[in-house]
Amino acid sequence: MRVLMFGWELPPHNSGGLGVACYNLAKALSAKNIGVLFVLPRKTAVSAAFPVVFADITIDVVPIASLLSPYLDSAGYEMFLHEEGHGALYGRNLYEEVLRYGREAGRIAKRETFDVIHAHDWLSFPAGVAAKRVSQKPLVVHIHATEFDRTGGACVDQRVYDIERWGMEQADAVIAVSQFTKNIIVERYGIAPEKVSVVHNAIEEGMMFQGDAAFSFPGKSIVLFVGRMTLQKGPDYFVAAAKKVLKEDTNVMFVMAGDGDMYHRVVERAAELGMSDHFVFAGFLRGEALARLYRSADLFVMPSVSEPFGLTALEALQNHAPTLISKQAGVGELLSHCLKVDFWDIHEMAAKILAVVRYKELRQCLSEYGHQEALQCTWEISADRCIDVYHRLGA
Amino acid sequence: MPSVCFYFQVHQPFRIKKYPVFNIGNDHDYFTDDSEGKLNNRKIFEKVARKCYFPANDTMLHLLEKHPEFRISFSLSGVFLEQAEQFMPEVLNSFYRLARTGRVEFLSETYHHSLASLYSKDEFQRQVERHRSMIKKFFAVEPTVFRNTELIYNNEIAHWAEELGFDGILAEGIERALGWKSPNFVYTPQGSEHIKLLLKNYKLSDDIAFRFSSRAWEEWPLNTEKFASWVAKHNGNGETINLFMDYETFGEHQWEDTGIFAFLRNLPEALLRYPDINFKTPSEAIAAYPARDRIDIGEHISWADVERDLSAWRSNAMQYAALENIYALEKDVLASGDAALVEDWRRLQTSDHFYYMCTKWFADGDVHKYFNPYDSPYDAFISYMNVIHDMRSRLSLTRGVQSYKNAV
Repeated sequence: MRVLMFGWELPPHNSGGLGVACYNLAKALSAKNIGVLFVLPRKTAVSAAFPVVFADITIDVVPIASLLSPYLDSAGYEMFLHEEGHGALYGRNLYEEVLRYGREAGRIAKRETFDVIHAHDWLSFPAGVAAKRVSQKPLVVHIHATEFDRTGGACVDQRVYDIERWGMEQADAVIAVSQFTKNIIVERYGIAPEKVSVVHNAIEEGMMFQGDAAFSFPGKSIVLFVGRMTLQKGPDYFVAAAKKVLKEDTNVMFVMAGDGDMYHRVVERAAELGMSDHFVFAGFLRGEALARLYRSADLFVMPSVSEPFGLTALEALQNHAPTLISKQAGVGELLSHCLKVDFWDIHEMAAKILAVVRYKELRQCLSEYGHQEALQCTWEISADRCIDVYHRLGA
Repeated sequence: MPSVCFYFQVHQPFRIKKYPVFNIGNDHDYFTDDSEGKLNNRKIFEKVARKCYFPANDTMLHLLEKHPEFRISFSLSGVFLEQAEQFMPEVLNSFYRLARTGRVEFLSETYHHSLASLYSKDEFQRQVERHRSMIKKFFAVEPTVFRNTELIYNNEIAHWAEELGFDGILAEGIERALGWKSPNFVYTPQGSEHIKLLLKNYKLSDDIAFRFSSRAWEEWPLNTEKFASWVAKHNGNGETINLFMDYETFGEHQWEDTGIFAFLRNLPEALLRYPDINFKTPSEAIAAYPARDRIDIGEHISWADVERDLSAWRSNAMQYAALENIYALEKDVLASGDAALVEDWRRLQTSDHFYYMCTKWFADGDVHKYFNPYDSPYDAFISYMNVIHDMRSRLSLTRGVQSYKNAV
């Protein structure tokens, strides 16, 4: 079986968990003798890295010149074009880019042979639909995040919503990364529940830090946030909880890794609340550096407002970090051995952070059992579920 | 022969409310939750009374009136009796009506349904004494047979029960402890002289308590004729078939719509159709039958989980820490002379608190999850340990700052 897969980023040039998920799923499918032809909208970004990464797993990568970024909104895109002087090179707005990607996709679909089309998130939906029209092959669209997640429910972009809904309607099957996301797809997009399959994400091999936890603040516990600093990820709730924690216990350091449009606001807010001495902003980290940070943490906190999956929670557990996640996260469907709290419940979040800092047996059990549980979540299982979906479509 | 010996455990813990770290030092009311959630002890008691205690006691009273041969026994924990008195005195009355038939035996246990037998012999004895006086107060009888929390048992606990003057003790009848011996006879515990041991026939007991409504079970649906025939098969190779189970089996674990009450209503009659079968209470059984052998059980056993050991309460670091912390306070709490503090300390010893912290099987969503009123074992541990901290802060008030520093 051969799958024509449309995405928009792959590691190491990824801006978040989406590229990681696409890469690992494609790799796991390849390991099961499913041929994957992975189409990316960007040419330059993949030039150096991909031949190395993909050399041994027989995934072909087809780049298309484009400027798509999964986490860029329309306003951000316009600012980017303006600031970088890219306006002359690329389409005038994000939606033109999406449509251009779709036209390119049609051309690729004409010259390649494949049995099923698999498109990841809205930017690749026009491409997936175009490929379906050209080839008459079944289309699977994979929802890693909806517009409701990205915007935290506020200021939903109607055009993005329309493309998402149209893509799911045009598709023969929809894959959601969690039951949480499936519920949104059914309730907000009106898609029939029987058309939507849940395929959870999984852990990435090699994300485990092997050395000693060399990162520490003597006498202080480390509470860690990892993720884009956007409304969706709830960094402001993390800062607010930190204030309550420090009122009770000053021996805590809060480390935030990631950047994003709320970065400056978060840094300022921590300073306003008089907590600058207790905050470290580590920037966007990946690989060994990130794994080491997880390994050093006494607690990893993922306070997402709306989190379709939440790969960072699995990464943290893989590296033995006790983990606290919001109840608004799909990954919670896989995890029993972590703490859970409503993202808006700052009081409870602070109470749980303090308990973890205070009780070593709590850290020990969360770390040990959570780690074991995370290791059960493999991409092999996810790939099997995807193959089930392909088979149901007659591929 | 054989005799059927029923014992039903009746217990409700004082569950700890959600107690965040911020409450430490300013909230000493650990057990009162007025929310609609699963930690509201009054609401839970009322629910279980409606589903189990009232209909089950009505059925039992009916059976005792109908069949003069019928006998049953209960062990009512002290914390159950306290909650009944506080939340629903009518529940107490319904047990009292059963007691008045004279054919219902009340067993002894630790008042607080605690694990004191594992940590403090002195505290164990105090709780047994306190339970004895409460049973005497409510039912005007003195228990003569002892059963430890969750049937936790070994030679030493049997010997302690003998020292306290009991004639009999109950335990789980697992092969691991019995070897080739049958649970259907009376035995003497190794290391004791007079006290006799009754062993739960776990197969027949669990057919009712656990498997009754399981459609995956090849014997489903279980009717009284079938069950009575299984009991009758022991005629000639057993003297007492001990059917021990939680009373909440009736209506709470097995819901009414499973037919459990109809089964109970018809069971004595089905058993009595066999002329060799009769009913005995535990004290009657040990009076009627001689001890056939000695049973040597050194390692602790219990009736909990498939392991039937202590792992339901002691298998992870949180459980060990919580238990060690609560019993480490014994000397200071008792010396404080603060009755409210002592009572809170004892309520915190109830085994359920540690059961809720169990991580074993948790992810599989089995009984531990079903019976856990907290979101997770971790949440159970957090509230418990925060309460321990508050206990220490109270001790520091009564005993001065120095003792507080020692305790921490």
